[in-house]
Amino acid sequence: MVRTLLKNREVLLVVAILVLLALITVRFPGFVAPASLARVYNDTSILIILALGQMAVILTRCIDLSMAANLALCGMVAAMINATMPGIPIPLVILTVMALGAALGSINGLLVWKLDIPPIVVTLGTLTIYRGLIFLLSGGAWINAHQMSDSFKALPRFEIAGAPVLSWLSVIMIAIMFLIMSRTPLGRAFFAVGGNPHAAVYTGIDVGRTRFLAYCLSGTLAGLSGYLWVSRYAVAYVDIALGFELDIIAACVIGGISIAGGIGSVPGAVLGALFLGVIKNALPVIDISPFAQMAISGTVIIIAVAVNARAEKRKGRVILKKAEAV
Amino acid sequence: MLQDRTTARIRPAIALEGISKSFPGVRALSDVSLSLYPGSVTALVGENGAGKSTLVKILTGIYQPDEGTINVDGTTVHFATATAAARAGVTAIHQETVLFDELSVGENIFLGHAPRTRVGLIDWTKLNTDARALLQRVGADIDPTIRLRDLGIANKHLVAIARALSIDARVVIMDEPTAALSYKEIHELYELIDRLKADGKAILFISHKFDEIFRIADRYTVFRDGCMVGEGMVAETNQDDLVRMMVGRDVGQVFPKQPVEIGRPVLTVSGYRHPTEFEDINFQLRRGEILGFYGLVGAGRSEFMQALIGVTRPSAGAIRLDDRVLVIRSPAEAIDAGIVYVPEERGRQGAIIGLPIFQNVTLPSLSRTSRSGFLRLAEEFKLAREYTSRLDLRAASLDQDVGTLSGGNQQKVVIAKWLATQPKVIILDEPTKGIDIGSKAAVHAFMSELAAQGLSVIMVSSEIPEIMGMSDRVIVMREGRMVAEFERADLDAEKLVRAAAGIQEAV
Amino acid sequence: MVETQHSPRIIPDRLEGRGARALKSWESLLLVVALAIFITNSLASPYFLDPWNLSDATFNFTEKAMIAFAMALVIIAGEIDLSVAAIVALASTAMGYAATLGFDTPALVVVGLAVGLACGAINGLLVTGMGLPSIVVTIGTMSLFRGLSFIILGDKAFTGYPDSFAWFGQGYVWWVFSFEFVFFAALAVVYGILLHKTNFGRSVYAIGNNATAALFSGVRVARVKFILFLLTGLMAGVASICLTSRLGSTRPSIALGWELEIVTMVVLGGVSILGGSGTIPGVVLAALIMGMVTFGFGLLNVPGIVMSIFIGLLLILVIALPIVYRRVRRRLKEGAR
Repeated sequence: MVRTLLKNREVLLVVAILVLLALITVRFPGFVAPASLARVYNDTSILIILALGQMAVILTRCIDLSMAANLALCGMVAAMINATMPGIPIPLVILTVMALGAALGSINGLLVWKLDIPPIVVTLGTLTIYRGLIFLLSGGAWINAHQMSDSFKALPRFEIAGAPVLSWLSVIMIAIMFLIMSRTPLGRAFFAVGGNPHAAVYTGIDVGRTRFLAYCLSGTLAGLSGYLWVSRYAVAYVDIALGFELDIIAACVIGGISIAGGIGSVPGAVLGALFLGVIKNALPVIDISPFAQMAISGTVIIIAVAVNARAEKRKGRVILKKAEAV
Repeated sequence: MLQDRTTARIRPAIALEGISKSFPGVRALSDVSLSLYPGSVTALVGENGAGKSTLVKILTGIYQPDEGTINVDGTTVHFATATAAARAGVTAIHQETVLFDELSVGENIFLGHAPRTRVGLIDWTKLNTDARALLQRVGADIDPTIRLRDLGIANKHLVAIARALSIDARVVIMDEPTAALSYKEIHELYELIDRLKADGKAILFISHKFDEIFRIADRYTVFRDGCMVGEGMVAETNQDDLVRMMVGRDVGQVFPKQPVEIGRPVLTVSGYRHPTEFEDINFQLRRGEILGFYGLVGAGRSEFMQALIGVTRPSAGAIRLDDRVLVIRSPAEAIDAGIVYVPEERGRQGAIIGLPIFQNVTLPSLSRTSRSGFLRLAEEFKLAREYTSRLDLRAASLDQDVGTLSGGNQQKVVIAKWLATQPKVIILDEPTKGIDIGSKAAVHAFMSELAAQGLSVIMVSSEIPEIMGMSDRVIVMREGRMVAEFERADLDAEKLVRAAAGIQEAV
Repeated sequence: MVETQHSPRIIPDRLEGRGARALKSWESLLLVVALAIFITNSLASPYFLDPWNLSDATFNFTEKAMIAFAMALVIIAGEIDLSVAAIVALASTAMGYAATLGFDTPALVVVGLAVGLACGAINGLLVTGMGLPSIVVTIGTMSLFRGLSFIILGDKAFTGYPDSFAWFGQGYVWWVFSFEFVFFAALAVVYGILLHKTNFGRSVYAIGNNATAALFSGVRVARVKFILFLLTGLMAGVASICLTSRLGSTRPSIALGWELEIVTMVVLGGVSILGGSGTIPGVVLAALIMGMVTFGFGLLNVPGIVMSIFIGLLLILVIALPIVYRRVRRRLKEGAR
C-alpha cells in the first residue's frame, strides 16, 4: 500500500515538500507559519502559471524554451502601454498582452506544425528573437515604478479574502487547466499526441494542430505572466526573467512530466513548481547564498529526470510464466 | 438473410470504385475496386507491397485517393480526415495495436468521441459505464479505469475491438489481427468475429495465414502490385489458386536445401537463463548445420538470441565456441568471436538508413578494412562489392543510400554486412519476413550455400514451411523454454504447432 | 570454387564523381554565401579589408567554433550538449580561483582543461551510463555548472591572472595570425580528419542514423557517446582558456548564451539537428560566415542584442528554407505531371 502510494509521483512530491519544510523548520521555525507559507505560495504563483503552459507543450513531445522571453516581451509591452497611456483599464492591458503572448506562442506553433522544424530549434531561435525585440521596442531603456500607474502595480497585491490577487489568479489558472486537461477533448488530445502520435492520427486527432494549440496556450500564459511579473516587481527591462525558462522546465520535470511526452498531470506541475518555490524562499532564511539557487535548480533537474527515467522504464516483456507470477 | 447474401443483390456497406493512389515514384494503387457486405468477412490477400496498407489508409481517411470514389450505403462520400471515416462508421484494428499505453482503457475506447455533459465537458462517469458495457460485449472482463499498459497484448486487442464497436462501426478492418496472438487467443478472436458478423458488420480481414482465411472469411480479394487481380467466394477457391493470383505464377514453394555433411560441434550453449525472458536453454550447434528455432511470436527466441550476442545480459549460462569458453558482453565481442546475429526488425536493428550501401556492409568489419583506425575507402568498396554480388544485390551504385532499396534488397545488404565479418556462426532471425517471394528464394538458396561451405546457421522462424524446408534440426520454444526438439527426418507440421502452442497430443 | 553460372551485374562504386556531388552540396552554397558577404562587407566599409581589422574580427568566432567542432560530432551522433557555455564559465572560474592561489600559467591551463573534461564526463555518464535524454541532462548541468560559478564568484570577478597567461587570447603566432586563429585552423583539420577519415567518425554517423542498428553492428555506442561528451567538455575548457586569457577577467556570466550561437553555427554548417549528417568543412564555413556578419554589423555600430535577433532568425531560416524549397519543388513537379 505504502509502496504503491510512493510510486505515485504527486504523493512522492507532497512527501518531499513536507520533508523539505520539516528540515527548514529545524533551522527556522517561523517558515511554516501560515502567513509565511502563503507568502511562499504567492511568490511561486507566476512559476506555477508558466509551468502549466509548459506542461501542455511538453505533453505533446515538444518544448518551449521561449516562454521567459515571451514573458519579458509581453511584460515590456504591458509596461509601455501603461506608461504612455495610463488611462487604459488594466484588464484591457492584461487581455492585450495575453493576446500578444498567444500570438508569439503561435509563431512557435506554426513553425513546428507547418514546417516540421524541431521544437527545440524553433524555440531556441524565437527565444533570442523575442529578447532582441524587447531591446528594439524599448531602446534598452528601463521602465521604472514611477512611470507605471498605481492601479497597474496594485492589482496583483490587492487582497481578496486574505490572499493577494496574484495567488487567486494562479488558483484560477490551476482550476482552468485542470478542467482543460481532464475534461476537454483538447486536453486529452495533448496526452494522446505525446503518448502515441501515430495512433493519434488514427483517432482523428491532428497532431500538428494540437501542438500548435499547446504553444498558443503556453504563449497565452506567458503573456499573462508578463504583466504579473512587471507589475509585481514594478520594473520592466530587457533582461527580466532571464534564464527563467530553465526554472519552468525544472518545475515540469520535477513534477513528473515526461520529456518524452504523454505523461504528466496538473497537480504534478503545480507541486513541481512549489518544490522549487520552497527551496528558493528557504535559501535566504536558512542563510544560504541566493547565488546557490541556480546550482540547486540544476541538481534538482538532474535528479528529477533520473527518477522519471526510472519510473518510465518499460518493463521488458515478461515471457516466463513464473516471473509473471512474482 | 443468408439467402440474401448469396443471391448477391444485397447492397454493400461500403464500396470503393476505381481507386488510384500514387506517391512520389510509386503507384501504390491503380484502379482498384472493393465492396464489403454487411454480415460478411472479406479476406484481403497479397504480398507485402501489394497495396493493402495503402487501401486501409484510404478506407480510414488517413490518405485521400487521387482518383476513384467511395460509396457508403449508395452515397458517394469523401473521407478528408480520420474523423470523417470514423463518422461514416469505418474503423480499423491494426496489427500493432495503435492505442495509448498511458491512457485508461475507457479513454482508449472513446478517445475522439467521448460522451460529453451538457456544458460540453467529457463525462467520465458515462464514459466508464459505456466502456464497461462494450467490454462485456466483446467478452472482456477489464476494468475501464486501469491504464492500458497494464494489459496483455490479447486484452489490448479486445480493447481495440471494443473501440470499433463504440463508434458503431459498420465496417471493421482487421489488419493482421492474429500476428501477435497465442493459439487460444486466436480462437477467441474467431468467435468474436463470428459475433460481429451476426451483428451485421462488414469485415475486411487482412492476413498472410491461409488457414485463417479459410476458417473465417466468406469472400476474398487478391491484390498484386497495386491492382485487384481476383475476387470471389472463399468456398469456391483453394490455397493454390490464391497463391497463384498473389504472385502471378505457379509457385510450389521450393526450398533449395542442399544435403550437407554435418561436422563436429561448433557452438555449445548451456544453462542460459534470464530473469524474465527465458531459462534452461541448452543445445549444441554443429558445423554445416542449419538449426531451426520454431515457436509462436513472443516465445522468447529473439530475446535469447539477443542475450547470446550480448545485447542483453543473461543471469546465468555459458557458451563454448570451438572448445573455447566465451564471455560475451556486447555485440562487438560477439562479432570478434565469430558469432553474428541478423536481427528480425530490419528497419530498426539491421539496416542503417541514411548511410550508403557500402558503409552499411563494412560497419562491423571496419577493423579489417581500415589501417590503424583510418578508413580506406578502396578496401571498403572491394569488400562491399564482394559480398553484395554474392547475394545478387540490385542497386544503382554502392554509394546509394540503403533506404532507397526495396525491402528484399535491404535484407541482402544486411546479410552481406554480417557475412563480411567472416563468422563461424550466423543467427538469422526471421530472415524472410516481409520480403517478396523472389528475394525469399535468394535468401534461402544462399543460406543453404553457407551451410554447405561449413558455416553453422541458426534460423529463427515462425513460418512452418520455411522451418520444415530449411532446417536440419528444429528446437521448439514456448514461453521462454525449450519444449521439443526434432531431427529433420521427424519433422511434422502438426507436431511442431502442437509443441509450440502447448497442446497435448491427441491420443 | 565452382564457376558461378550467371555473371552477377557489376554495381558501380559511385554514380557521380566526387566533384559533381561537392558542387551540389550545402557546403558549396555556404562558400558562395561567405564570398558574397566578404565582397559586400569590403564594398560597404573601407576598414573591412585591412588585415589587422580582419585579424581582430576572427576573435568573435574562433572560441565558439572550437566548441562547435565537438558539438557537431555530438549532434551528428543524435545528442546535444547545451551546457557548453556553462562549462566555459565554470572552467574560467576555476582558473580564476587557481590564479588567486598563485598558480602559474601552465598550471592554469591544466586546471581549465581538467574542469572541462570533468564536466564533459559528468554529462557523458548521465547520458550514457544512466540513459537519460541529453537535452534535459545538459539543461540541468548547464544550470549546475554556471550555478557553481555563481556560488564561487557571487557578484565579484577574478582578474589576477599572470601576465604570461594573456598569450592564449592575445598573442600572435606570425604577423596578423593570432594564436587563437591558428589553433582554430589546426582544430578544424584535426576534427575534419577525425570525423571524415577514421573508424571513430564513421561510427558517429552510424549512431546518429540508427543507434540500435549500430549497436547490433558492433559499434560501442555508449563508449563513443561518452567520448563525444568528453571531447565537448574538453573543447569548452580550451575555449575557456582562450576567452579568459583574452578578457583577462572572469565573471559568472562569462560566455552567457553561447550554447545558442554554437548550436546555430553547427546547424548553419549543414549538420542535421536530428543527427546523422553534416560535415566539418560546413561548420568551418558557418563559423566564418557568422564571424564576418558580426564584424560587419560591428562596423555599422549595430548593438549586440540586435545581432542576436539576427542569429535567432538565421537559425530558424537555415532549417526552414530547405524544407520550404523541397516542398515548392515537389509541388512544381506534381503540377508539371
